[in-house]
Amino acid sequence: MSMLMTAMTALLCVAMLVAALVAIRGRSLPIAILAAGLVSLVASVLFLILASPDVAMTEAAIGSGLTTFLFFFVLGRVRGGEND
Amino acid sequence: MIKRFIAFLLLIAIGGIFATLLIGYTPDAELNLTARYYAERTAADLGSANIVTAIVVTYRGLDTLGEVTVLFLSAAIVGLVLAGGRQRTPRPRAPVGELLTTGTRLLAPLIMLLGVYVFVNGHLTPGGGFQGGAIVASGVLLLLLADPLRHFSHGLISAIESLAGVFYVAIGLLGLLLAGGFLDNRILPIGTLGDLFSAGAIPLIYSLIGLKVGAEFASMLASLSGTEEL
Repeated sequence: MSMLMTAMTALLCVAMLVAALVAIRGRSLPIAILAAGLVSLVASVLFLILASPDVAMTEAAIGSGLTTFLFFFVLGRVRGGEND
Repeated sequence: MIKRFIAFLLLIAIGGIFATLLIGYTPDAELNLTARYYAERTAADLGSANIVTAIVVTYRGLDTLGEVTVLFLSAAIVGLVLAGGRQRTPRPRAPVGELLTTGTRLLAPLIMLLGVYVFVNGHLTPGGGFQGGAIVASGVLLLLLADPLRHFSHGLISAIESLAGVFYVAIGLLGLLLAGGFLDNRILPIGTLGDLFSAGAIPLIYSLIGLKVGAEFASMLASLSGTEEL
């Protein structure tokens, strides 16, 4: 793995950690959901760097695509009776 | 306070476990026995350019059948739980916006086409039934977002889902009769490596899995969208 690739991987890992922290500690639920989707998106790029495109596609389609929208769906549904 | 301290200790312990794993890890210089078998024999034996697909559909086909069953069970349970809820009553609501409506008209067919492309080409390019099915379901989701009152025929979705499952198992049993074992792909000619119609029954099986997975996700989303509340 070249120097550039290693630096990019490290950067992506840091971005993933930051997004995970935002998802856990963030005040607003929509931003937390988006951050959780971002974790999956970065994970799928990392899978691609690790030469496993099949897993990357699954992660991108299900982890960051469907799950994020499902969370928004449910959030919209439970909005009636909650205050964060 | 003591709770936070225990949580902190646990975190440090887990970090220590992962650190030792990472320090002790050396990448293999060559493929191990199983991996070498798959890497060397897949193209010659099964005619599939994508080794991962060959493993998922043929060598470990029974596991995939199990996975599809698990997904089917969860979709069925979502449907069962939500069936008790009140059906959504049509009522005037704010329009979803020009951008989403127009964008959906353009993008939904393209997204579904991409999903079909991914599962039909599962034996040639990365991806396959599960990924393609999920992409098809995202297209359905976009349609639902653009028009929340849109009604999807549950009968059609269940018909696609059940027929795909039945044909999947039937192809597996045909493999038992005509070729080497359950879900053997060599019931059809293997063809030349890299062609669309090659790798025996793998494109057929993966298309069925893609349809099944897409229908399952779509039915989950449609019942989530069609139920007002529990």
